[in-house]
Amino acid sequence: MESIYKKEDKLLIFKINEDIDECCAQKIRRKLDNEIEKYMPKEIIFDFSKVSFMDSAGIGLLIGRYKLANMLGGNVKVSNINTSIRKIFEMSGILKIMPEAKMEKKEVQYE
Amino acid sequence: MNKAYDNEMKIEFLSKSNNEAFARIAVASFIAQLDPTLEEIADIKTAVSEAVTNSIIHGYEEKLGIVKLTCKIKDNEIFIEIIDEGKGMENVEIAKQPLFTTKSNLERAGMGFTIMESFMDDVDVESSLGIGTKVSMKKKIKSNCEDKELAVAIRREE
Repeated sequence: MESIYKKEDKLLIFKINEDIDECCAQKIRRKLDNEIEKYMPKEIIFDFSKVSFMDSAGIGLLIGRYKLANMLGGNVKVSNINTSIRKIFEMSGILKIMPEAKMEKKEVQYE
Repeated sequence: MNKAYDNEMKIEFLSKSNNEAFARIAVASFIAQLDPTLEEIADIKTAVSEAVTNSIIHGYEEKLGIVKLTCKIKDNEIFIEIIDEGKGMENVEIAKQPLFTTKSNLERAGMGFTIMESFMDDVDVESSLGIGTKVSMKKKIKSNCEDKELAVAIRREE
């Protein structure tokens, strides 16, 4: 997982670089929460351009981070989701609370 | 060997969560012979991942056990069974409801069965408390089926 924080916009972007299932959700969770609590961002964007597979563990992971961000006064968006992940997003209704952000793959330089 | 099927495979693995990826990739490789579309592969991988995750985190919880997975092919149809000898469920119908979860502390979304049911053609769950759970799913590969019908139609025209 890579992340970048844009101080001027209070924007925190996470790029997840692996398949999201129960196994790796547990590993990613702590890293995400550390960063969110460190920066207290106004907006979080999850970049899915490097995620080829996600199951319901990903929904749980996103809803959990949404709750945390919300508590700290921020909102959450998702971007670059592929067709099969979109199916799960639509089925779970998650796009209603996390709208899609348009983000070019080249636009963001990760650290 | 059961001659009712064109092909079949069986794997058994420990109920460790890093085997979830192994299970869904093994099934995806096995069904490649039916020439499914990417979407069909993704659907089946997701359903397998959900069922295997259920066996590991709900069936066996923290204990180690064996998850058995079989995959059979008959014509254009895929039959998958995922069996554990874990703690089982008292009421399958309640467990199947969207958003129902007994593990909200683990941030489970309660979407497992909902995803299996919408991504597969048919899902059947048998479970007994203290004995275990068997999830049977099937799905017809349409791409292949259409191609074959098309091939037959073309041959007829020739």
